[in-house]
Amino acid sequence: MNTVERNMDLIVDKLCVRAGGNLLVDDASFRLGSGELVALLGPNGAGKTSLLRAALGLMKPASGNVRLQDELLSSLAPSERARRISYLPQKRPLVWPSPVRDIVSLGRYAWGCAPGRLTGEDLQAVDNALAACDLLDMAERPADTLSGGELARVHCARAFATGAPLLLVDEPVTSLDPRRRFQIMELIRNQVRAGAGACVVLHDVSLAARYADRLIWMKDGRIAADGPPEKTLSEARLAEIYDMRCRVEGLRVEMEAPL
Amino acid sequence: MNPRSLLTLLLALASVLALFSALLLGSTPMAPGRVLMALLGLADAADSTVVWQVRLPRALAAFVVGLALGSSGAALQGLLRNPLAEPGVLGVSASAALGATFVLYYGFVAPSAFLLPIAAVTGAVLATLLIAAAAIRTASVVTLILIGVGLSSFAGAAMSLLMNFAPTPFTLFDMINWMLGSVANRSLPDIAFSAPFIAGGLAVLYWGRRGLAALSLGEEAAAGIGLDVRRQRLLVVTGTGLATGGAVALAGTIGFVGIVAPHLVRSLVNHDPARSLVPSALLAGLMLVLADIGVRVMPTNTELKLGVVAALVGAPAFVWIAMRRRTVSNSEA
Repeated sequence: MNTVERNMDLIVDKLCVRAGGNLLVDDASFRLGSGELVALLGPNGAGKTSLLRAALGLMKPASGNVRLQDELLSSLAPSERARRISYLPQKRPLVWPSPVRDIVSLGRYAWGCAPGRLTGEDLQAVDNALAACDLLDMAERPADTLSGGELARVHCARAFATGAPLLLVDEPVTSLDPRRRFQIMELIRNQVRAGAGACVVLHDVSLAARYADRLIWMKDGRIAADGPPEKTLSEARLAEIYDMRCRVEGLRVEMEAPL
Repeated sequence: MNPRSLLTLLLALASVLALFSALLLGSTPMAPGRVLMALLGLADAADSTVVWQVRLPRALAAFVVGLALGSSGAALQGLLRNPLAEPGVLGVSASAALGATFVLYYGFVAPSAFLLPIAAVTGAVLATLLIAAAAIRTASVVTLILIGVGLSSFAGAAMSLLMNFAPTPFTLFDMINWMLGSVANRSLPDIAFSAPFIAGGLAVLYWGRRGLAALSLGEEAAAGIGLDVRRQRLLVVTGTGLATGGAVALAGTIGFVGIVAPHLVRSLVNHDPARSLVPSALLAGLMLVLADIGVRVMPTNTELKLGVVAALVGAPAFVWIAMRRRTVSNSEA
């Protein structure tokens, strides 16, 4: 059966990540469960990407550990881990003008598939992901003929095609226009409603507050706060995290000036 | 049958035909019947000698060298995510040639003809080990390319130095011959010596080909979808080192076929480096067999070197590919 159990928790426990003498992530703990959309917020250099990469095992933590349900992440083979967590990195360079369907098919790589050789369940998963991201009519188009917004959907579809219970997404909407930002967040929310757990790095605080069930605030490698938008979003918080003077009314955020 | 299998089948058929034609053509053209008889060992001694000791080794050498260079090129392009990559990029070809030049300089060829191939393979393996060691430590492909540039430059300089101090004009001539690249006067034992390296390299590359498809997303996303990126890099570097070392041992340095063949194949396999591996190998083999037939039948006083012909056709193609290169939007490379 080419699926994994839908209910799965990612538990990050006291994680520290060091690189070249710098502490990139300092004693970070959080939990990501199924059916929740978590936004990871913080200024550039706060350690968001490092935290995601360490949570995936792509970076070796200096201390602390990461568990998937009851298993230590470090005990899993790369393909076993990839079947449980889909990762959409911040940098998504495509050098070959591959057709959209082939790129999305790579989402099934961890299941032993290769583009052009998909059958049964894998083919179905790719078709579902293409349909979910409204890409069916451009499935055969080469990637170099797509716009930025279309390409963003292709990458999302690739991440969804894995059928992993958890999604870690690094800045999926940066450089997209407002409408496309909402579209991408809708796509991710649809996955969450279908039972996935997603952690999304965002720079757009309003967008995060609108879509996320929980906000994790990071600064200088540390998690400064973790909780629902209603509880953790405040003028004082934005001043602390971003050094920005802001006005917050409910979930509406207006950035006014740097402090 | 899907288009990709059809492509592979057609290329394989064309290769067989080209190899057979190589046996027919030459200074004394032979009819297909005579060649077949000679192949089966039913012909007279003269025909047997021409087929088994002159034409077949030469054509096979060209084909095998093409297989090695074509698949190495396709694999390196997949790994480095650059359509201009080829075995020369990692400095493996140059290092192998340096090994060969070294042996020629000291005149070690006289005691045993096998020392030359051994030295070439040693050079390639040393370069491969160096790159493999770097591949374990660094996450950057650019670093690997720069190491390759360094290795090539060093090997080039060292070869020039050896040629500079060549003890006799004959030694110099031998070295130049090696650097130009040719499959003339190869024997079946020459091929047999290189074959294990080439076969091993091809097997490693074929085994690791699925990972090349994953790498088309970039290394970070490839790791995300479950590829062990370091292991993949090691596989490609090892496979390329073995195959290229064996090829250089057999034919000297023959450039550009590792760039041109994958480039021609790529659009027929949806630009997937994994699916381009086998057709690229076959096409490169086919190209070298045909080029070598051309070199043999061309009415020139001195026979042209295969490496020279490959470069004359390949280098302009390289420039053309480089100039036409487009990048997908949202990409960094």
